[in-house]
Amino acid sequence: MALSIAYFAWVRERMGMADEVVELPAEVTDLTALLAWLAARDDRGALAFAEPQRIRAAIDGVMMGPGAPLIGAREVALFPPVTGG
Amino acid sequence: MIRVAVQGAAIDVGAEFDLHDAGGHGASASFIGRVRGDGGLVELFLEHHPVMTEAGLGDLAHAAADRWQLAALTLVHRVGAMAPGDTIVLVLASSPHRSEALAACEFLIDRLKTDVMLWKRETFGDGRVTWVEARAGDAVRAERWE
Repeated sequence: MALSIAYFAWVRERMGMADEVVELPAEVTDLTALLAWLAARDDRGALAFAEPQRIRAAIDGVMMGPGAPLIGAREVALFPPVTGG
Repeated sequence: MIRVAVQGAAIDVGAEFDLHDAGGHGASASFIGRVRGDGGLVELFLEHHPVMTEAGLGDLAHAAADRWQLAALTLVHRVGAMAPGDTIVLVLASSPHRSEALAACEFLIDRLKTDVMLWKRETFGDGRVTWVEARAGDAVRAERWE
């Protein structure tokens, strides 16, 4: 499954890119598995996703919890807890 | 009237008040957040999502309009590079009744800090650059409105 991923704030800096399109292995079916897969993929992923509990996510424009399924997802945004205001 | 904006340009507080007040409302509450110059800060940068940041502000504005009797709402957030003293965020809430205007204003700024896709990066005079960490106290304040 092809999935667009966009990164923000220090997640973007640690990944060294703002977005990418990945071909997900069949076993990566939810957000928890996606973070683990990215962390295991390379050094940048390991740095960005060493503490998955610090990562927030949105799937196709909707904020989602850690175990949210990726079935049918087109774009995932991964980012730290927000700090606006 | 609901006005929501995410902009790189400086927030013109006077012009926003004029636009907001056009209806002649009974009670208006306002919140203005500005960049603090603590600790030698020279730049505050606000990163945002090209679509979801404004959508998130719109969702909050409509949630406030559903919850309180409001005549007008203005929610403007600046993004990009700012200097100490610059206005980051402006919240204006008007109602026939002061209690509703004040509550809506507080709700909007509390929830904006936890629900909307915005991230602060600080640059200091000595060259340090740090991403601001979310504060537990902000989550507690936001949850009061559940």
